[in-house]
Amino acid sequence: MKHTHTWSSACSFDDLLPDSGVAALIDGRQIAIFRVGDAIYALDNYDPHSEANVLSRGLVGDLNGEPVVASPVYKHHFNLATGRCVEDADYSVRAWPTRVTDGKIWIKSQPLRKTSRRKLVVVGNGMAGMKVVEELLGISGQPYDITVFGAEPVPNYNRILLSPMLAGEKQFDDIVLNPIEWYRDNGVTLHLGDPAVAIDRIRRRVRSQNGTEAEYDRLLIATGSNPIILPVPGKDLPGVVTFRDLQDVNTMLEAARTHKKAVVIGGGLLGLEAANALLKQGMQVTVVHLLETLMERQLDPVAAQLLKQSLEKRGLQFHMPAKTTAILGTDRVRGVQFADETIIEADLVVMAAGIRPNTDLARAAGLRCDRGVLVNDTMQTFDPCVYAVGECVQHRNNTYGLVAPLYEQASVCATHLSEHGVGRYRGSMLSTHLKVTGIDLFSAGDFLGGPGSEALVLRDAKRGIYKRIVLEDNKVRGAVLYGDTRDGAWYCELMNEGRDVGALRDKLIFGEAVARRQ
Amino acid sequence: MNIRTTCPYCGVGCGVIAQADTDRGTIKISGDTAHPSNYGRLCSKGSALGQTLGTDGRLLHPEINGQRVSMDAALSHVAAGFKRIIAEHGPDAVALYVSGQLLTEDYYVANKLMKGFIGTANIDTNSRLCMSSAVAGHKRAFGEDVVPVCYEDLELADLIVLVGSNTAWCHPVLFQRIAQAKQQRPEMKIVVVDPRRTMTCEIADLHLPVRSGSDVWLFNGLLAYLHEHGHIANDFVASHTEGFDEALRIARDSAGDLKQVASACGIDTERLLRFYRMFADHPRVITAFSMGVNQSSAGTDKVNSIINCHLLTGRIGQPGAGPFSITGQPNAMGGREVGGLANMLAAHMDIEDASHRELVQTFWRSPRIAERGGLKAVDLFDAIHAGKVKAVWIMATNPVVSLPDADKVKEALRRCELVVVSDCFSGTDTNALAHVLLPAAGWGEKDGTVTNSERRISRQRAFQPLSGEARPDWWLMCEVARRMGFDDGFNYDNAHEIFLEHAALSTFGNDGGRAFDIGGLAKITSTEYDDLAPIQWPVPERNHPGTPRLLESGRFYRRNHRARFVPTAPRAPAHKADAEFPWILNTGRIRDQWHTMSRTGRAPQLSSHLPEPYIDMHAQDALLSAVSDGQLARVETQWGALVARVKTSGEMPRGSIFVPIHWNGAFASDARVGALVNPVVDPVSGEPEFKHTPARVMPFPVNWHGFILTRTPLATLDATWWTAIQGVQFMRYEIAGRGRPPSVEWAHQALQVNHADADWVEFSDPACGLYRGALLVDERIEGCVFISPRTDLPSRTWLSNLFAKKRIGNADRASLLNGGPTGASEDPGPMVCSCFGVGRNTLCKAIAQNQWKTPQDVGVKLKAGTNCGSCLPEIKTLLKQSLG
Repeated sequence: MKHTHTWSSACSFDDLLPDSGVAALIDGRQIAIFRVGDAIYALDNYDPHSEANVLSRGLVGDLNGEPVVASPVYKHHFNLATGRCVEDADYSVRAWPTRVTDGKIWIKSQPLRKTSRRKLVVVGNGMAGMKVVEELLGISGQPYDITVFGAEPVPNYNRILLSPMLAGEKQFDDIVLNPIEWYRDNGVTLHLGDPAVAIDRIRRRVRSQNGTEAEYDRLLIATGSNPIILPVPGKDLPGVVTFRDLQDVNTMLEAARTHKKAVVIGGGLLGLEAANALLKQGMQVTVVHLLETLMERQLDPVAAQLLKQSLEKRGLQFHMPAKTTAILGTDRVRGVQFADETIIEADLVVMAAGIRPNTDLARAAGLRCDRGVLVNDTMQTFDPCVYAVGECVQHRNNTYGLVAPLYEQASVCATHLSEHGVGRYRGSMLSTHLKVTGIDLFSAGDFLGGPGSEALVLRDAKRGIYKRIVLEDNKVRGAVLYGDTRDGAWYCELMNEGRDVGALRDKLIFGEAVARRQ
Repeated sequence: MNIRTTCPYCGVGCGVIAQADTDRGTIKISGDTAHPSNYGRLCSKGSALGQTLGTDGRLLHPEINGQRVSMDAALSHVAAGFKRIIAEHGPDAVALYVSGQLLTEDYYVANKLMKGFIGTANIDTNSRLCMSSAVAGHKRAFGEDVVPVCYEDLELADLIVLVGSNTAWCHPVLFQRIAQAKQQRPEMKIVVVDPRRTMTCEIADLHLPVRSGSDVWLFNGLLAYLHEHGHIANDFVASHTEGFDEALRIARDSAGDLKQVASACGIDTERLLRFYRMFADHPRVITAFSMGVNQSSAGTDKVNSIINCHLLTGRIGQPGAGPFSITGQPNAMGGREVGGLANMLAAHMDIEDASHRELVQTFWRSPRIAERGGLKAVDLFDAIHAGKVKAVWIMATNPVVSLPDADKVKEALRRCELVVVSDCFSGTDTNALAHVLLPAAGWGEKDGTVTNSERRISRQRAFQPLSGEARPDWWLMCEVARRMGFDDGFNYDNAHEIFLEHAALSTFGNDGGRAFDIGGLAKITSTEYDDLAPIQWPVPERNHPGTPRLLESGRFYRRNHRARFVPTAPRAPAHKADAEFPWILNTGRIRDQWHTMSRTGRAPQLSSHLPEPYIDMHAQDALLSAVSDGQLARVETQWGALVARVKTSGEMPRGSIFVPIHWNGAFASDARVGALVNPVVDPVSGEPEFKHTPARVMPFPVNWHGFILTRTPLATLDATWWTAIQGVQFMRYEIAGRGRPPSVEWAHQALQVNHADADWVEFSDPACGLYRGALLVDERIEGCVFISPRTDLPSRTWLSNLFAKKRIGNADRASLLNGGPTGASEDPGPMVCSCFGVGRNTLCKAIAQNQWKTPQDVGVKLKAGTNCGSCLPEIKTLLKQSLG
């Protein structure tokens, strides 16, 4: 059957703002529609230079009297009427006839013929990468054959639940997100225990440790992050571990069976979860922290103090503030030494002093990196064919180590990979829960506040409850909840909506139920 | 054990039964169904009497200059002080200022001590502030202070005119009797004459909101109208009265024309005419009057203008007809009977009458007898202020609060050489100025008699032992008298002996010329005295049944036995409103408080009706004064100022504001209305004009408002404005202040939190000036503080109820600083999804209700499990359990 040009209705004239474009999906083809004054133009949305569907988001203007759109990626200009690329006519796009009838915009286009399936390679079999895959698989007609390289020898699991697993509250089976069968059932090629080691962007190929090579049309980097290893003497001694993956957990569980004394370096979220878990495994645990207060990235000093007291009651010991200067021992760790010369005995040392985005592979491939792999709001890296999500990325100068932002990134990324890309990732408001059974702790947004911000504070020391809500111009900017976190999600909602809470200000801290009753 | 006694509050004189539960140490109070004043009814104040007993807040030991001393030392100090001052300056340099809350026996001894032994008539009483105009009116018209009617007459009347009487609030049991009578006989008419539209108007057929102080025009007009329309008891007027023509002439001159009266009274002629016609058409008419009539610079004339109308129509001394002074105090009448006022002698005898003086002196066998009237209340304190009176003994009253120009009274007492106060309560404003404090027996401990508004003598009986070193007032006075060398006249062993002497004096040399004769009781035995049933005087003979009505024969107690029409030329109140002080300040009682609150202020049940002092005014006047309902405002007069909350109840006419008389320094920072009242008195009775002082109202700006509830009363309170309110097991303080709103340090100081590990809960929003904190001890609430920049603080009710709980549960605790239930009481259960705060109970309930099968079902509705997914295994388990 011959493909013929047909007229299709795209949208109302009023849907368009002057001097800007929108993307429309017409007969499977992405078309960028622009309004300049009362004139309507239609071009392919696909930018041949960056190979991304982005032209509708380009700036509209004129070049020597010629109406053009500038690609948002490499800034090539395309004539709106003809599709000719001003800088390089070989890379011109198609222009499609338009007309306006009864306030509706009509486009005359040719249905897209089916192209051969394209190839997506995912580097990293963690939560972020697999979330993108899950989302992609959920989109009908997604165009990819998918190949995944994972460094760990196990299928994708919920890394957040390593703490409960370490504490003996969960088994590995409980925390698996996508079992092996899932990959098979969805036609995903999986290389376990075989990390990607090199990216050839010119030839669009990924090579793994085992020498497997995979071609890609699109590449997704989701290499996550690495724990920070303190550069102190003895850091490589047996008995010194980080807390990142299943292997670390197994090492610690083994140590807990045979040894008694653990020191956890780092009083952040991860360190405290590890310490609590080891305590549950019967070890004597001391948490060492560089600063005066625990979890300073999530908690204000008051909540941190409450947390410390609560953990002390459970039997954790704290040594803080303390700067670790050396890990002592010869064939196995014996102790930890600090700047003030004090020494704590230890036969297990857990380094949980923070994480660093894993950018090695991206950097080696010449992708722009700073602290993390730089991405734009569509999760595209410097190379338009390469996307990145998760803890390895740096977006609008932020890096994220929590799960909610990764999921938001994954969702945006999947829509762009599937070429339905309209979503943008604008950064996440951070919220945290500490996964220590019996301790309810929540923190979100700017919980410390600064000049111009105001705080609502509720304290009930006896009941172990502390709440702090930071407001600015009567809008919620952040919150710390300790002991009673049930309204955390509501505060997040208020924060995201930017709602004016002036009218319920004196009810806010007592939660949604009370404020709603007003 | 049941003890019959009499209520210590208003002049209705209700019978009360006190039932002591010795096991629980409580006293149950109920109305005495056998008492003919109330037949078992009690008002809110009477019902709450049980809450005012107990030793908290009682004055239990004598003190000199703030130091506890022995009773002997205190009494000797008083005796020596009085003796020395009398020796140096004469007997007129000392005075007694007593109270309508004393028992007749106390009153008798006080009067005898002053007039017969010390030799001065400088004994006056707070009854001066209450019904001295009625006394003077009675004496001018009848020749003696007699109330001709009784309560039953209110039920027999076809028309009751209530003048200047908020009977519903001030004499609630009488009001109930009237209301019930009207219910039974709906044709019975009730007219209320009052500038305010009080609760009493609820049962009125007609309300005349007359201009403050215009009563004489109203009743002069009525006299003229009755005469003009021939409603004249010609025979009665001719044979039992005198002076009608002059009285009529004055009435006609001032109020002969309806329009003239309507204009003077500020009401329309149609209403006025309705009233006049109603009065004319109902021979059985009672004109009952109270403070709205008495407390005026023309109070005595007002009383006489009323009596004139009853004399003209002969409606007096008959069932269901007559003028009726309803007194304010439980024993104002008893005080009148013993002569315990500066212008009386004793037993209704006159101080100016030499034969009366001789008679009394003979009876008392006293070394001397006061020969002229003494200083009346306002003059007395002026004389103290001026240094003429140098020693004063104040009993059972709080003049620093209750007298007009009360700041001057305060100053007077500060200047006075010797101030003795005997009271049953500590911490009154007047106690604070005393050199010597003597602990007096309180209600329930005292034993004696009182006389109510219908001349009914009832026993007040003791039903509990004396507290601490407290003693009856008569005993204290006798001890001082003995120490002053007056052994003979004061050797009483008990109240019974005093009563017999009092009764004997009433009949001594009484040839029937004195109505007050209770000679029939002069020989009753101690047992008969103890068992004395309520009885109305006169009781001239033994076994006499008492006398419900007087003047039935038309024989009056003047020398010629004729009643006198007193000409009453109307005159306006002393001070007029002007541009500077545009409003007229009216004062009065509220339903659930009594006088200066030293007793009622202790009863939680009584503090909830109207917990705070207030300024009631017309909304338009509030607007003009730039104040609004619920705001604090300052009222100023030439004499003083106070601060209270504005209320626009709708009861006030334009131009008039109302402030209750009760609040004082013990219960509020700045609410002594006495300080504002002009010290103008009636020229005849000496009664102050409490109902008419020009005033202005202005906003009282504050930066923050708040309240404190605490089990332990606060020793100090750092706030610009405060009111203390007694609650059940706590004190409540309403507060407001200037400057920066208080925060944690302030709250800790207020509630005396001084250790770091105190169980303190707090909520603060410093940018807004909001602070809330609560102290718990052993999981029980000890106190809480709520501060806000606005007045919209949470209700105190829910918080108040927490004080009754032995333990504050988690749900209440979580709601504590919200000031009300947060709904947290529905326990979501152990947290399952931390990300969205979904608990196990919530999940189980929703899964069961909606028959969800998959985690997705749960996620769509509850969001649980849709963020980090940590809880999905648990949710799956819950789903499985629900299916299985």
